[in-house]
Amino acid sequence: MTSKEVITAMKARTLRRHFRESFKSLGRNGWMTFASASAVTVTLILVGVFFVIMMNLNKVATTIEEDVEIRVHIDVAANEQDQQVLRQKIEGIPEVKTVEYSTKEKELDNLIDSLGEEGEAFKLFEQDNPLNDVFIVKTKNPTDTMTAAKQIEKMEYTSKVKYGQGQVEKLFNFINASRNVGLVLIVGLLFTAMFLISNTIKITIMSRRREIEIMRLVGATNAFIRWPFFLEGLWLGLLGSIIPIGLVATAYYYAYDYLAPKLEGHFIRLLEFNPFVYQVSGLLILMGALIGVWGSLMSVRKFLKV
Amino acid sequence: MIEMKDVYKRYPNGVTAASGIDVHIKQGEFVYVVGPSGAGKSTFIKMMYREEKPSSGTITIDGVNLATLRSTKVPLLRRKIGVVFQDFKLLPTLTVYENVAFALEVIEEQPKTIKKQVMETLELVNLKHKARMLPTELSGGEQQRVSIARSIVNAPKVVIADEPTGNLDPDTSWEIMNIFEEINTRGTTVVMATHNKEIVNTIKNRVIAIEGGRIVRDEQRGDYGYES
Repeated sequence: MTSKEVITAMKARTLRRHFRESFKSLGRNGWMTFASASAVTVTLILVGVFFVIMMNLNKVATTIEEDVEIRVHIDVAANEQDQQVLRQKIEGIPEVKTVEYSTKEKELDNLIDSLGEEGEAFKLFEQDNPLNDVFIVKTKNPTDTMTAAKQIEKMEYTSKVKYGQGQVEKLFNFINASRNVGLVLIVGLLFTAMFLISNTIKITIMSRRREIEIMRLVGATNAFIRWPFFLEGLWLGLLGSIIPIGLVATAYYYAYDYLAPKLEGHFIRLLEFNPFVYQVSGLLILMGALIGVWGSLMSVRKFLKV
Repeated sequence: MIEMKDVYKRYPNGVTAASGIDVHIKQGEFVYVVGPSGAGKSTFIKMMYREEKPSSGTITIDGVNLATLRSTKVPLLRRKIGVVFQDFKLLPTLTVYENVAFALEVIEEQPKTIKKQVMETLELVNLKHKARMLPTELSGGEQQRVSIARSIVNAPKVVIADEPTGNLDPDTSWEIMNIFEEINTRGTTVVMATHNKEIVNTIKNRVIAIEGGRIVRDEQRGDYGYES
């Protein structure tokens, strides 16, 4: 064996030793292992559910945002030439991307269609249509909707300018508010889980005091002494992430199955099971691992003075 | 081998356990450290394996200055020093063999080397036949022999012992002393803090007496010098 091979062989042996020691500790700590893994479980279930809802709401919001359009109701007094002038003026606004013309007959058809059976009643209006002809204006950037709308409002022959800005803002406000509430809740739970893990690691450190003392005495490196504790924390975090992943994946599978057909035809879509659930699972595993390692780091730094 | 120059140690609670210690211990020497309780023997010993850092002055062991040694380098220093205690500090769940092998496993020695060195060392302390027993199945003297085996299995240049016979009856203490003498004849430096007057006066070696944190006496082939 060359010296390099010797080093690699030693590393593998050492790693096996650390794994063995960390697993032994999990078993020895029994209920503490269970309690801290459960704390991680509860935390991650909440993180998972919260994340799934947030991501879907976000998707809905962006879809709506992209769909924001300005509906310019044209004054009935405007003749065809006035309408042409108005159209050119609107197209002259730098933020405007497209201008589409929709006659009042088409508008009524759309209205009747969107209301389904109840819309039949509106068919009476076909004789004497109370609606206006409409320009449907889209801006290059959804955030410019309001500035463009304000300019159009001042133009001649516009009776009403409508844009969905208010609704989008409300939705975004709702998402932001619930995101903040959720974040506070999750951060609180994260700390609880971390505290429990660090407590478990503390117990391990205490129960291995003599062993650690001797290791230091005979010249084991700090890294060598610390590794098993990091691994134990890592296992606790990973153990805690199993149930949340299973639960979130199953729940999303059924929720998607149930909701997707109902939303068909609407412009709202849920995120596809694949790859979304895999991304969520990855996130949960990563968070579990981080909570575990961080928790053990807190204890190791505090109680393992080397 | 071991050199202390103008070493002071003050603890945060105001106690001064070493004030102006100057000493030189050569490779291969056998040194007793004597003195009343609370005189600073333990601090003197602990500073040698850097369990305690001096407040000022320099301590050099095998060319390494312990006062400025970075804490990440301490493990490497400890591999050159074997330490033996009054209370053995064995791991109760491990067998005799495993207790000794532990010292080599945690510094990532190769399995082949571990087996060879552990068996040789157990032979030296005459415990090869009890290799598979647990510490609780052994007498106090035997346990101390395991602990000595653990401290020398890595062939250190220095063995530091803090009252190694403190918990043992006279007969057993002599047994232990024989082992330390054997280790010393093989060229290892031995520094031993002790209260055992009979041993110090019978097996003549250099005696360093410490009182109030100072060396008050340093004699080659000295006496214990206190009423015990």
